[in-house]
Amino acid sequence: MQSLGRPLPRADGPRRDPAPSRWQYRMQRLWLTPLFRVLFRVGLPLLVVGGITTAVLQSDARRAAIGQSFADLRTKFEQRPEFRVSLLSVEGASRDLTDAVRAKLALKLPQSSFDLNMDALRQKAESMDAVASAELRVRAGGVLQVVVTERDPAAIWRTDAGLVLLDATGHRVAGLLARADRADLPLVAGQGADAAMPEALAILDAAQPVATRLRGLVRMGERRWDLVLDRDQRILLPSENPVAAVERLLALDQAEKLLDRDILSIDLRNQDRPALRLAPFAMNELRKAQGLVPAAESDL
Amino acid sequence: MTDLYQSQRAMRNMRRAAMQRGVVAILDVGTSKIACLVLRFDAVDPDRDSDGVGPMAGQSNFRVIGAATTRSRGVRFGEIAVMNETERAIRTAVQAAQKMANVRVDHVIACFSGGDPRSYGLAGEWQLQDSVVTEQDVARVLAACDTPDFGDGREILHAQPVNFALDHRSGLGDPRGQIGNRLACDMHMLSVDASVVQNLLYCIKRCDLELAGIASSAYVSGISSLVEDEQELGAACIDMGGGATGISIFMKKHMIYSDSVRMGGDHVTSDISKGLQVPLVVAERIKTKHGGVYATGQDDREMIEMGGDSGDWEKDRRQISRTELIGIMRPRVEEILEEVRARLDAAAFDSLPCQQIVITGGAAQIPGLDGLASRILGQRVRMGRPLRVQGLPQAANGSAFSSAVGLCLFAAHPQDEWWDFDIPTERYPARSLKRAFRWFKDNW
Repeated sequence: MQSLGRPLPRADGPRRDPAPSRWQYRMQRLWLTPLFRVLFRVGLPLLVVGGITTAVLQSDARRAAIGQSFADLRTKFEQRPEFRVSLLSVEGASRDLTDAVRAKLALKLPQSSFDLNMDALRQKAESMDAVASAELRVRAGGVLQVVVTERDPAAIWRTDAGLVLLDATGHRVAGLLARADRADLPLVAGQGADAAMPEALAILDAAQPVATRLRGLVRMGERRWDLVLDRDQRILLPSENPVAAVERLLALDQAEKLLDRDILSIDLRNQDRPALRLAPFAMNELRKAQGLVPAAESDL
Repeated sequence: MTDLYQSQRAMRNMRRAAMQRGVVAILDVGTSKIACLVLRFDAVDPDRDSDGVGPMAGQSNFRVIGAATTRSRGVRFGEIAVMNETERAIRTAVQAAQKMANVRVDHVIACFSGGDPRSYGLAGEWQLQDSVVTEQDVARVLAACDTPDFGDGREILHAQPVNFALDHRSGLGDPRGQIGNRLACDMHMLSVDASVVQNLLYCIKRCDLELAGIASSAYVSGISSLVEDEQELGAACIDMGGGATGISIFMKKHMIYSDSVRMGGDHVTSDISKGLQVPLVVAERIKTKHGGVYATGQDDREMIEMGGDSGDWEKDRRQISRTELIGIMRPRVEEILEEVRARLDAAAFDSLPCQQIVITGGAAQIPGLDGLASRILGQRVRMGRPLRVQGLPQAANGSAFSSAVGLCLFAAHPQDEWWDFDIPTERYPARSLKRAFRWFKDNW
């Protein structure tokens, strides 16, 4: 028999209304609105992420800390042994030049390859007179390889300060203590001789037949060359087309043994009319032969 | 009248907007259940359109994408009695249907069965100015129909021109462009209680929905359960719902009469409940499980456990035979059908050439009803089921859903109502720009 008191509560609680509440109903309709869904799925995350980022970056100290941690990370990565350069190898140069290049680069090894400024190092190496060009690369095993192309000295330039080796382009290669150290190289002299080196080499090349007699080239007034032979013979070359003048001279020499004669200088500056200056003795003899000067009284 | 005209026009525009958005909800507010279907309108296939009517008779351009039913609350005789309860029930149904369809629905087309619908036949005449019938002439002949005094506090739910006659030729569907002197028209008008419509409007508005159309459930269940021939030749559809039984008579594909009997399946249930002294829930279960209207010898031996938790063992262990149950149900069903018979007689249904009667609705599922109905209503009775529409779930395919399905068809292909026609130029406000435009259009 059922008790007369309060009815027992139902097992599943009070009977629930199956109808959605007004707000539930509205929320469901809102969720089914396409624009709202897009805003919620894209706009809201963007807003939240943006807001958090702004809030975090608001303080200077935090911003600095973040930057510092990134820098530390970067440094740690750069300091890894895989990127360390511990050896410098210079190739393609004589021993002296190798030492000079090492001294010039003045690298503090070991160093991270990220810290090496290869362009600057290359320019530093190429700033040396004896180096025509340099190639730098970091090889496996932490070796910085410098491949150097040396300048070849082509002539010796005698200046007031001393002897200087020049290459074919007229660039300084090195100083020289004594001429005898490089007897194989031709000698040039005069102010501005280095600037006209290619022309000088061409002239020397053309003057090969008289190489044994050749003493050197002298730059005159930074304009033209003088070819100096032994016996103080001097050949004045024109400023334009000196090689052709040399060739013409050699032709004259072959035909008339011009250079063997007692001549002080041959002036080829006017190409139509070469002018000779005879030695005083020869001049006298010539005059005697022409009867301009009375011959020495004969013993006869 | 102009007020109603405007509001109906506004509803029609809203329906058009909903069709353009492609989604519209159907809401059948009944006494025993509230059904909500969500329709999606697709663009009509242009290839299909070219060769006239397609295989689906033009019903292929929409698809049911969501369906939900819930037990109705706060509705009596097809009218809203408790606003809050009904609002909750509508919310339940709409939410479930939206969830199934996964779209938000803003526009809803509703139907209801109550409101004491009354039919009026209207007739109007118009002398044509020039002998060709123009759209303005149609508008004028519709305006010339003399509106009967349908009483205070009532509103027109449907007003459909049923027939046009030009001189002595009657039965014209579309008189435009025809030649004659005198245009006459017959119009069928259905009026319901304004308060019922207002309540429904308010209820739907409180659910954040917009009403895009409203229809009588007797009319829409006629659309869905009568086949095309029956609609053409003349037939009556009897929609036996929970609280009201709707009657609609169709002829030449137009509804020409509608009425309702304020009795239905719920009354049968309450009879059982009173007669057997069981709760309404138990009575409903017994009715749907064991109910019938014809007793046979087998039914004397079929005993039904009634159960109950009254605490009285004797009462809770009662058993009745099915014959007894039928004895309770049958008089009420007979009463309903006789009432329907009286309404049909009043409408002169006898004089129709074809007297087909189709019984549909939830209460039409009582076994043996067709036999009983044919004894009371006449020989040509059949049980109706709604037309198949695309995407409708199997569960929503029974005769209880004929008004919901009919409302789908109504939404997709509404018949021309009075407010779909042009307004006659004279009725425009005096300073309207439209009036000037119309005058120019008429005179040049």
